[in-house]
Amino acid sequence: MGSTNSTLSKIPNVEELMEETGFTPAHIVRLYDRFEALDKEKTGHLRPQDFGAINRLAMNPIGDRIIGAFFSPGQETVDFHSFVRILAHFRPADKKHPKDPSMPEPVNSRTSKLKFAFQLYDQDKDGKISRAELLQVLRSMLEMQVTEEQLESIADRTIQEADLDNDDAISFEEFRKVPLGRARRLTYQHGPLQHSAPRILSQPHRK
Amino acid sequence: MENCLRQPVVLLQVWFSVMIGFIMIPAMFGLSLGVTSVYIQILVKILEWATLRIERGHRERSTLPVPAPLPFGLIQREGGSMEQEMGELRRYRTQSISRGEFALSDSFYFYIKGLESIVDDQVTQRFSSEELVSWNLLTRTNHNFHYISLRLTVIWGLGVIIRYCVLFPLRITLAIIGLTWLVIGTTLVGFLPNKRLKNWLSELVHLMCYRICARGLSATIQYHNKENKPQKGGICVANHTSPIDIVILANDGCYAMVGQSHGGLMGVIQRSMVRSCPHVWFERSEMRDRNAVTSRLRAHVAAKTNLPILIFPEGTCINNTSVMMFKKGSFEIGGTIYPVAIKYDPRFGDAFWNSAKYNMVNYLLRMMTSWAIVVNVWYLPPMTRREGEDAAQFANRVKSAIAHQGGLLDMAWDGSLKRAKVKEEFKEQQQKMYSSMVMGKKGRNSQEHLFCIHHSCVVNRV
Repeated sequence: MGSTNSTLSKIPNVEELMEETGFTPAHIVRLYDRFEALDKEKTGHLRPQDFGAINRLAMNPIGDRIIGAFFSPGQETVDFHSFVRILAHFRPADKKHPKDPSMPEPVNSRTSKLKFAFQLYDQDKDGKISRAELLQVLRSMLEMQVTEEQLESIADRTIQEADLDNDDAISFEEFRKVPLGRARRLTYQHGPLQHSAPRILSQPHRK
Repeated sequence: MENCLRQPVVLLQVWFSVMIGFIMIPAMFGLSLGVTSVYIQILVKILEWATLRIERGHRERSTLPVPAPLPFGLIQREGGSMEQEMGELRRYRTQSISRGEFALSDSFYFYIKGLESIVDDQVTQRFSSEELVSWNLLTRTNHNFHYISLRLTVIWGLGVIIRYCVLFPLRITLAIIGLTWLVIGTTLVGFLPNKRLKNWLSELVHLMCYRICARGLSATIQYHNKENKPQKGGICVANHTSPIDIVILANDGCYAMVGQSHGGLMGVIQRSMVRSCPHVWFERSEMRDRNAVTSRLRAHVAAKTNLPILIFPEGTCINNTSVMMFKKGSFEIGGTIYPVAIKYDPRFGDAFWNSAKYNMVNYLLRMMTSWAIVVNVWYLPPMTRREGEDAAQFANRVKSAIAHQGGLLDMAWDGSLKRAKVKEEFKEQQQKMYSSMVMGKKGRNSQEHLFCIHHSCVVNRV
């Protein structure tokens, strides 16, 4: 009973989607509502302009790149399934399930997340971050605040440090080795219903 | 055949009129039979039982932890400034933030922030209904609760029957009576020439009608700090959640309404109201000219015998978990401001009007089929603009006072951002902050200033 089921039934192949991505029905409904809110013209697809309408994203120095990550090369629209699949990369890893080498890499493992971040830099998808690509990202993050020379020296230094096979570019393996701190990721509120719930329903405070 | 039908119909009519009489007559005189409070207490008991039952049902069903119904959205924000978060990302590197320098992981910060804003953003969240931790037996708030037990379903079914078949017709009738009486009463009063008698009678009529309307929504209103009630010649300012706010406030005093003049039924009501006491209705074309609006309101306030004006400075309906930025226009008029905080109790019915999702009629129907509306209204002490304070700062001061009193979050975002695009300046700010981190600590003072802006833009969740 409830509106959750009615929303879920509107989405085709929703069980498959949940299976693949590991989202719960409540999350899917939430994401669907979000998708609909972004899809202002109700076409069932999102275009880059729809993402552009999100204020915080427009403020983000690498906002355009992030939007680009949702669209495969040549594609101009993204439907709900692709939208959810991409966001699924950022679910917290399931600690309970043991690593089963025969199963394909789960979509939200650390490696997948890193691969995704790698693609942020590697726009031409040749498997390496070239100096030019690194410069592009630096430019978007720093824009008019630093000079071109400073940008170039930063880029040179970074490649020097990370590049192990001296090909003047950073491959995915080298990228992985760059030590990261506890990488923050999107996590979803998990936890049993609070035992304090009855207290919430106590008598309304009367004067 | 006809006789058989006649009996129950007559019975029904009699019962109906008795009920109406019982509710209306005390309402007109501002008395209460105490039925509503008993009703609310019974409701609370039932809802508590329902929640416990759901919890138990979940526990029995699975051993995995149950996802809580996302009260704060999908994203667990740890909060923290740009510097802190980048520091976390760089933690194991030999270089620290203080030495400047770029790290490949720096872009992750922006990436993550960007993804967060795609999934959910603070501004849009304000405009969708508050999610409850427990379920109040209304289908509309049921996000996470599947079939639990037969008993719960039965209770829910009973609830539906009661709400739609018993409460709803009563409420509609009351609302219609209330509005009709408002139109008739104010028109009649309008014919009187005498000033004092006219004012007194018009206040009486208004109060009566709003009380009947409030009963028509099963609204229980608690007024706090009545000594701060808005006086004549002042401006009353409140946070806005739904069109019902007007009924809620007008139950305890008479206000001059401000708004656009509509056609149709609303227009009839508006025109008749103006006959008995001065309200301020604007034509659509006038509303765009800010100066005209301000001067008309100023003229109204200046006449000290006029009723206090009621204004909602947020400009749009917010979901009653926070207060958005107040538009400064209302604060430029001058005069004394009487802030009022309105907080709805979400357990009994969701009062928020999502104007994008529902139209007015739909919304009113939903209101009338909720369990009840329980509201707390706090009157805050009057405020005036201080020396050297401009309208925007004054607006912020009032907003904080209201948010603090009502237990709502004080948001710096502008309610109109819901519909407008953001400026390039914000993007530059982010870039400036990042560059000062990477390029070294030049100009510490400017950095501190930037962090202040950052904190007011990026509201950290409590």
